[in-house]
Amino acid sequence: MKKNEGHEQTGIKPLIPDRKVGIIGYGAYVPRYRLPGTEVARIWTDGTSGSPVKEKAVAGLDEDVATMSIEAARNALARAGIAANELRAVWVGSESHPYAVKPTGTIVAEAIGAVPSIQAADFQFACKAGTEAIVAAIALVGSNMADYAMGIGMDIAQGRPGDSLEYTASSGGAAYILGPAEKSLAEIEAVYSYVTDTPDFWRRQEQKYPEHGQRFTGEPAYFKHITEAGKALMDALKMKPEDFAYGVFHQPNTKFPQRAGSLLGFKPEQTAVGLLSPVIGNTYAGASIIGLTAILDQAKPGERILLVSYGSGAGSDAFVIKVTEAITERQKLATLTADYIQRRTEIDYATYARYRGKLAMK
Amino acid sequence: MSGGDMSDIVITGVGQVPVREHWDVSLRQLAARAILAAIHDAGEQKPQALYISNVLGSLLSRQANLGALLTCDCGMGGIEGTTIEAAGASGGAALRTAYLALRSGQVDCAMVVGVEKITDVVGPGVDKAIAETLDTDYEGMLGVTPTAMAALLMQRYMHEYECGHASFADHPLAASIHAVGNPNALYRKALSREEYEKSRPVCDPLNLHDIAAYADGAAALILTRSELVSKDFKSIPVRVSGSAVVTDRLSLHDRPDPLAFNAAGISISQACRQAGILPGDVDILELDDAFSIYPVLSVEAAGYAKRGEGTTWMKATVASGKPALASMGGMKARGNPLAAAGVYQAVEAVLQLRGEAGDCQVKGAKKALIQCLGSASATAAAHVLEITQKS
Amino acid sequence: MEIPRHWRLKQQRYALVGEVCPHCDAKIFPPRDVCPECGGEAREAYNFSGKGEVYSFTRMGEGPAGFEEQAPYTVALVKLAEGPVVTAQLTDLGDTKVEIGMPVEMVTRRIRQDGDERGMIVYGYKFRPVMQG
Ligand SMILES: [Zn+2]
Repeated sequence: MKKNEGHEQTGIKPLIPDRKVGIIGYGAYVPRYRLPGTEVARIWTDGTSGSPVKEKAVAGLDEDVATMSIEAARNALARAGIAANELRAVWVGSESHPYAVKPTGTIVAEAIGAVPSIQAADFQFACKAGTEAIVAAIALVGSNMADYAMGIGMDIAQGRPGDSLEYTASSGGAAYILGPAEKSLAEIEAVYSYVTDTPDFWRRQEQKYPEHGQRFTGEPAYFKHITEAGKALMDALKMKPEDFAYGVFHQPNTKFPQRAGSLLGFKPEQTAVGLLSPVIGNTYAGASIIGLTAILDQAKPGERILLVSYGSGAGSDAFVIKVTEAITERQKLATLTADYIQRRTEIDYATYARYRGKLAMK
Repeated sequence: MSGGDMSDIVITGVGQVPVREHWDVSLRQLAARAILAAIHDAGEQKPQALYISNVLGSLLSRQANLGALLTCDCGMGGIEGTTIEAAGASGGAALRTAYLALRSGQVDCAMVVGVEKITDVVGPGVDKAIAETLDTDYEGMLGVTPTAMAALLMQRYMHEYECGHASFADHPLAASIHAVGNPNALYRKALSREEYEKSRPVCDPLNLHDIAAYADGAAALILTRSELVSKDFKSIPVRVSGSAVVTDRLSLHDRPDPLAFNAAGISISQACRQAGILPGDVDILELDDAFSIYPVLSVEAAGYAKRGEGTTWMKATVASGKPALASMGGMKARGNPLAAAGVYQAVEAVLQLRGEAGDCQVKGAKKALIQCLGSASATAAAHVLEITQKS
Repeated sequence: MEIPRHWRLKQQRYALVGEVCPHCDAKIFPPRDVCPECGGEAREAYNFSGKGEVYSFTRMGEGPAGFEEQAPYTVALVKLAEGPVVTAQLTDLGDTKVEIGMPVEMVTRRIRQDGDERGMIVYGYKFRPVMQG
């Protein structure tokens, strides 16, 4: 690492690799089916409760984190314009890997043709497993150990039937290919992570559904970590909210990311583009980075983006990203996030229960 | 190769058990009953070789090496006995094997038994086993079944020739009417056109009555060379005057024209050429009607009808009765005991030619063409059977 | 457990990897050692684009063992842009009315599991209505 003297006065030292790193390609995936919040309310509260999102994306019967990651990875490769075997890592962050033991990364790497000269592993850090995988990819490229590495955040989130999470827990995510900044469509200028042991949400081994700390998930968990990470990174880089065209924050619902943005000094128009939770729900490990795909789909060269993820348990990864000239030609090389969102088939609670394995079959 | 100076291969005995859900009868018992019936019918003639057509023994009854099992069970221990498998064409393929064995001179009396025991297993495991007659890696393992394959063919046919589901009614309706007189048939109730058209959708565009039900069955034949037929033989030998087995690419997706049913067409023309007849010369035409689209594609492939006109031909032929189609119910109404179906066809043709078909009798029938298909005409077996005058 | 047979086919299943014939340039799927067009030996791998159109289709009301919980589902013969036809399930249909000639594209999905929920997951190609032209 370089000595970042200028940052010492802030007390934190951002992660900045010796070799500049950027996003070479990115790809989103949102499954086709949508469950409106009113359907959950109809079943569990006689329709009396409001929903924290309008609707959420639901994966089909034949989808899981591996299949969704494969599609996002193919989109990222299409935008990167590199051969799959130039990748040296495929890292998948999720809390709903299809296997408890056996990597998702190998399935994805095999399907996209990236094997065998590759690192492959799965990351687990609740909803920031995806950004953790991306930070690792940045390090691999930034250290010159590899030219290209892929980080994915993808989830088929499970909410216990009737729990407040059931309104939002959804399916989707995004894949990113990190590479040398000079070939990138957006440069990663710096990263900073803020991590403490804060048990606001967890799922024990062998349990199907997670537990959460209800109101405890707010101030001491989500807001504390997001604002600390975001603020520290902006301070370290001597940047202000006005320096950013866009901000995108982990989005477990509609209100949390709006409030987080406001606490960090972002205006609603800066956060609107990346705020997808109202229409796709909370994609957990995919939530902040799929918001970033929507921003990149329409970003212009020179624009800066602040992304802050949040993972329960708890921690936040903050990224300062600067869009390059290459963005314009690569946006259209794969399916736009808006097209995935627009492709929608509404389902009822019964179909949702079937698709997501909530019916007892044995 | 026509009869000429060579001796004829003749069928001297037939046996069958009714096609049913034989819950209380095992695979070995089914086969034994048909075998013993054929031996009695042939005047206690005993074979030197047993050719068994069977597909599902290993999969559903968990029984392989039927040759040793059945020869021993039927008191024929020590003779040659092997299984011939070619999916739905197994029965015809076993008959062909017996024909070749007799022609070779190595065997003087051969027996064919087709046996299929479906009901050792209930539930979706049966469909899975039958789906193993497809390409397992590229069809069966993806959730496709022979029924789905037939539906894909019918859907495409209806698209190419702009015809509706109702135009496939004639063969299944005729089969159901003919089966009323066949005590060995599974369904002995004549279907109405309305019942056909309104039947439950199974695999669109296939409805329930487009599909022959799989059921248990066994049928057997005794064959010999004509010069070996005993002077005391009381019945009428039926000559196998044409015999052919032809294969095509196993998967529909590998065939340049899936609606062509080339193997079905070629096997009929080969068998007829060998018999010195034209396909139109026969009195009885027993086609593979496992699915209602099959006979339509088969008659087009065999040249009875032009491409796209098979359903029209079927309607006219059912009306004229020349040749008689599915004269004892076909697979649709007699039932479809997969590997045994082709042997039932031969047994029924022999009864017709002998004049022993009872209420199903086609008057004056002298020539019959029978054909069974494996995996949507990936294998096709065709035989021409003719009446001989007792010498 | 049928691990080897699924493992052996992973490239074909996951990514529609077929072959190209060195003699007549025919694109071949499923891959095999002999070119179905010219009869020459063909072993060179070829990546299909995954684009194609529906040649025929049917909706299966019931599935065989291993597919019971997926039924009803749609299977199709898909004519690939490169020539060969493949048999596959259609997926992500939603309220789309399937028609012969409908353009489709390959996606990699869960096909089934090997045995029960303790067994390996078999992934492979399916086709869905195209998202991008
Ligand atoms: Zn070739």
